[in-house]
Amino acid sequence: MTAAALDGPPPVEVRGLVKRYGDLTAVGGVDLTVNAGDVYGYLGPNGAGKTTSLRMMLGLIRPTEGSVRLFGRDPQTTVRALAGVAGFVEAPTFYPYLTGRRNLELLAAFDGNDARRRIDTALDTVELTDRASDRVGGYSHGMRQRLGIAAALLREPKLLLLDEPATGLDPGGMRDMRLLIRRLAGEGMTVLLSSHLMTEVEEVCNRVGIVRSGKIVYEGAIAELKSSAGTTYRLSTTDDERALAVCRAQPGIENVQADGGRISFTAGESAVAELSQALVEAGALIRSLAPQTVTLEDLFFSLTEGDHPSRAGAAAAAPQPAEAAR
Amino acid sequence: MNPGVATVYRWELTKLRYQKRTYLGLGAAIAVPIIFVLAIHFRPDRQGGDFAFSSYLTRSGLAVPLVLMLFGAVWLFPLITALVAGDIFASEDHNGTLKTIFTRSLERGQIFAGKALAAATYAVAAILLSGTVAVVAGSIQSGFNSLQTLSGTVVSAPKALELVYVGLLVYLIPIATVVAIGLLLSTITRNSAAAVVGTLMVSLLFQLIGILPGLSGTTPYLLSTQFNAWQGLLREPVDWAPVVRAAWVCAMYGVPALAAAFLVFLRRDVAGG
Repeated sequence: MTAAALDGPPPVEVRGLVKRYGDLTAVGGVDLTVNAGDVYGYLGPNGAGKTTSLRMMLGLIRPTEGSVRLFGRDPQTTVRALAGVAGFVEAPTFYPYLTGRRNLELLAAFDGNDARRRIDTALDTVELTDRASDRVGGYSHGMRQRLGIAAALLREPKLLLLDEPATGLDPGGMRDMRLLIRRLAGEGMTVLLSSHLMTEVEEVCNRVGIVRSGKIVYEGAIAELKSSAGTTYRLSTTDDERALAVCRAQPGIENVQADGGRISFTAGESAVAELSQALVEAGALIRSLAPQTVTLEDLFFSLTEGDHPSRAGAAAAAPQPAEAAR
Repeated sequence: MNPGVATVYRWELTKLRYQKRTYLGLGAAIAVPIIFVLAIHFRPDRQGGDFAFSSYLTRSGLAVPLVLMLFGAVWLFPLITALVAGDIFASEDHNGTLKTIFTRSLERGQIFAGKALAAATYAVAAILLSGTVAVVAGSIQSGFNSLQTLSGTVVSAPKALELVYVGLLVYLIPIATVVAIGLLLSTITRNSAAAVVGTLMVSLLFQLIGILPGLSGTTPYLLSTQFNAWQGLLREPVDWAPVVRAAWVCAMYGVPALAAAFLVFLRRDVAGG
């Protein structure tokens, strides 16, 4: 990544984005920033407004309020704002009566410059060269997804916007898609990827924005989200009753619960070290003390379910959007 | 090379080559005059009906395209035109491909212009093809002979042929309006069948208004009337008044329809597909 890329406007900057359809608010004030080099996971349950947001980012629908800037340009005013940007929303679509190659030729013509020269490479990248002469009407869902990526690559994008790219793919197809995204990101491409598949996001993304009912409830690095949530530990001692009291009194030890003959709590590493010493001094000798891994899925559910975005549980300590986004 | 209207136009024509409806329309444009000539050939009394040039059908093949223009205005040519004009935007909605082409390097206005030109090109091709087939089939059946004009004078076969083609060009004026109406309905309904049928219905509605009692005063200003403007060329001296009226009356319907289609296309949200 060049210094210029880091110094320029961010690839995606969304501020106060709102889309209303009559009384229905599909997107209710989204703020997000995708920095150069990010593989950004835009997470949310179905109906949370991810696709509508992406459509506004690509200039396909007009926001009711708010703004989108791609590398500092407004995609609502001119298609030139999409220079260096490619991607698709929902399933990529093509003319079913044309072959895969013919579809790419059409899109390359619509892109201009030397996009046509990249057709063979793009087909090769998504491993569709052998089926390029078949009509798209006969393609499987996975092949269309891959053709969608090939169509995006024709533009030599610096920013790739992908909406649920692995949806509908079989496990092998999902793995291939993840590998492809990782490879493209490794080549320096910034990727914004909407998904509700936690494994996919956890494997390929470095930052996430989690949307709930049309609003961002968290934005930041996955690692930061996990660490801020604190690690959950399980503890077993020779005197659990006394250990429980020690845990509750110990600074830095949170969410202490007696759980089926064991004690669980969340804490940072230094607090756990101090707790170990306190337990020994109190005469409650440690039988086992093990960290339980908090997954992105746990955090996602904590943030997107319930009455309040920062509901109890592992995400209780997760940073709120305003803090996290800045 | 930077893409533009010409890029869209070329690719729209390419896409038309791969679609069945193109061949359905062009097939009808070829088949109808042939069937018409066969009907003349096998008619027991070999006489025409009671309409302009009907008595000449068996004496000059050049009367065939003129009679075809007369009856084709009712539904044949509006339908052939609507098959593509009504589909050209709606099919993008059907295939969900608007989002695919809107996220490339062409402005919406350029895409609209390229598509509108392609729909118009198809209509021109269909009308001229049908007229040419009618000339050839009619000449085989009834001979390449001189033709009596509506003023009663007789013109030579080459002159009559020239008048037929100029007449076809004049016929393209109301056809262009049908294209504009088809484009508007295609853009608004986002449904190919609705746009094609709707365009035909609008065309038939104009004819219905023309025959309703008490509305005869509107006749000169109806779209359906403009399909007869070419008859002014078949008079001696040539009567240009209906041609001029066709130009502004058709513009009166066509320009707002085209402008509305353009604005809808420019401003619409692409929320599906």
